[in-house]
Amino acid sequence: MSTVAAPTMGRRLRPAVALGLWTVRESLRRRVFIVVGLLTAGFLGLYALGCSVAFSGMNNATQDTSAHVPLRELVGATLGGLGMFAVLFLGCVLAAFLTLSTVRGDAEQGLLQPLVVRPVGRAQVIVVRWAAASVVCALYVGLVYAAMLIVLDVTGGWTPDHIVGPGFRLALSVAVLAALCVLGSVFMTATANGIAVFMVLGAGLFAGLLGQVGRGIGNSSLKHAANVIAWCLPFESLYQDALAQTTAAQVGISRFLVQLGPFGGGVSGGALLLPYVVAYLAGVGAMTVALAARRDL
Amino acid sequence: MSAPAVAVATAAPDGAAALDVRGLVKSYGRRPALRGVDVTVYAGELVGLLGPNGAGKSTLVKTVCGLVRPGAGSVRVFGARAGSRDARGRLGYLAELFRYPSWSTADELLALHQRLAGSEGGVAERRRLLELVGLADAMRVRVEAMSKGMQQRLGLAQALIGSPDLLLLDEPTSALDPAGRRLVREVLATLRDQGVAVLLNSHLLSEVELICDRVVIVSQGSVVSAGTPAELSHALGVRIETDTGSRVVEDARREDIPGLVAQLVADGQRVYAVEPLRSTLEEAYLEAVRGAPPS
Repeated sequence: MSTVAAPTMGRRLRPAVALGLWTVRESLRRRVFIVVGLLTAGFLGLYALGCSVAFSGMNNATQDTSAHVPLRELVGATLGGLGMFAVLFLGCVLAAFLTLSTVRGDAEQGLLQPLVVRPVGRAQVIVVRWAAASVVCALYVGLVYAAMLIVLDVTGGWTPDHIVGPGFRLALSVAVLAALCVLGSVFMTATANGIAVFMVLGAGLFAGLLGQVGRGIGNSSLKHAANVIAWCLPFESLYQDALAQTTAAQVGISRFLVQLGPFGGGVSGGALLLPYVVAYLAGVGAMTVALAARRDL
Repeated sequence: MSAPAVAVATAAPDGAAALDVRGLVKSYGRRPALRGVDVTVYAGELVGLLGPNGAGKSTLVKTVCGLVRPGAGSVRVFGARAGSRDARGRLGYLAELFRYPSWSTADELLALHQRLAGSEGGVAERRRLLELVGLADAMRVRVEAMSKGMQQRLGLAQALIGSPDLLLLDEPTSALDPAGRRLVREVLATLRDQGVAVLLNSHLLSEVELICDRVVIVSQGSVVSAGTPAELSHALGVRIETDTGSRVVEDARREDIPGLVAQLVADGQRVYAVEPLRSTLEEAYLEAVRGAPPS
């Protein structure tokens, strides 16, 4: 009776690919994408205006003073850091809205059950939905990050010391937040999960700022606390690492000045950061799948 | 914990059971939902699952789908553990509370489920199923533009993707008009004739009575009655209409009718109609549910 074909390796992957494409299509057709698009347009417009005003002011100040202060590096790094923060925030908003109801929220609405009773199963559904949301968010982050760099280049002639590395880290940051959001969705309703995820995001970014304050005033307790939180919530480590890469080639007075600003200088995560993030994602994913498997839908 | 076992399967058709539930126990926290349920459904059989709200019917169906983990007992779908890939590969399911993404069209949704089910049916299968459920013109219609009844028909089409061997339907006609209900009954009867095993969870007793081969009545987490609709009903006497009026002979049975008619004629009465009375499934259901032990 059944017209279902016998599963081979290729056939086993086809459902995952289909579900991934479905999730991407769903992401693009949902209203949240329009909202994020409007927010992005607003951000880029204001950012371009702000950069234009800041670099013009910088040019006037350079003409007025004979002091040798690397203003272009200082303003560029600060505006670049500010822009990266905004890109990260917008990417996280998108990631949160695409994943906050992955398990419990979708199950309560009756969206999840028809999918997971298929041979594809709930583990694959969860992993694929996270992966697809991460791809959408990564593309979004990449586009906004590129637009931000163009604005910086056009308005101030400033480009970061590294371009691809920081963008990649921002995209990975958003994927980490999406993974945490999917984990939260196993227990929490969509609304509760959304609130929780933004609190986690805020905690991570606040810890980063505290760490910079700690480094500025030489307080080891603040630095240690920020370090611990950054490793527990590695989207913050990745963001700091991305910031650090944008000014990695600065030396002397330039380096000193850009590291003073809250957005101008980050902390390098070192060579272990990326492998750690991969392991972290695998751990969060395994935990999510294991907990979701135990959940009655 | 377990309620007294009720014989569920009557004369078992040939072949292995499509669905075999043995001693199924499930609790949500401290609240028991199922207390040792036994149900068997064979290929080509349409079994109705009846019971009041909160009886455990949806929990039973969800356990068969692998959506709910059993506390104890065994649930087998064509011999495979419920929830396993093999079991999921052979069933179709329409949930009581379901939603499809509002942005998708009927065709897109069915195409996704074809890929998830590994069906090779392509566009021909999608067309055939939409036609079967009366949505032939709705292929490109978005879910958000469909009425609840259309969505339920689409749900049935979705459940039939890949031609499942076991069909689990949880209140599949709750949003349908009488014509839609008749259509679903016809679809289910056709599927049964094709050898598909169907477990139909419904509150509509008249519907269950019309199409189901067997009925399982669940109350407070236990099977309290089971059998064919005819087995569950019982004689209520004979109604006789004569020139003196209509009356019911309560202790009479079908076999007594010739004698009753002969006696009336001998007494000089004119007999216009004679009807043996049997209790309806609704009466049998209410009797079974009222007689269930308190939880």
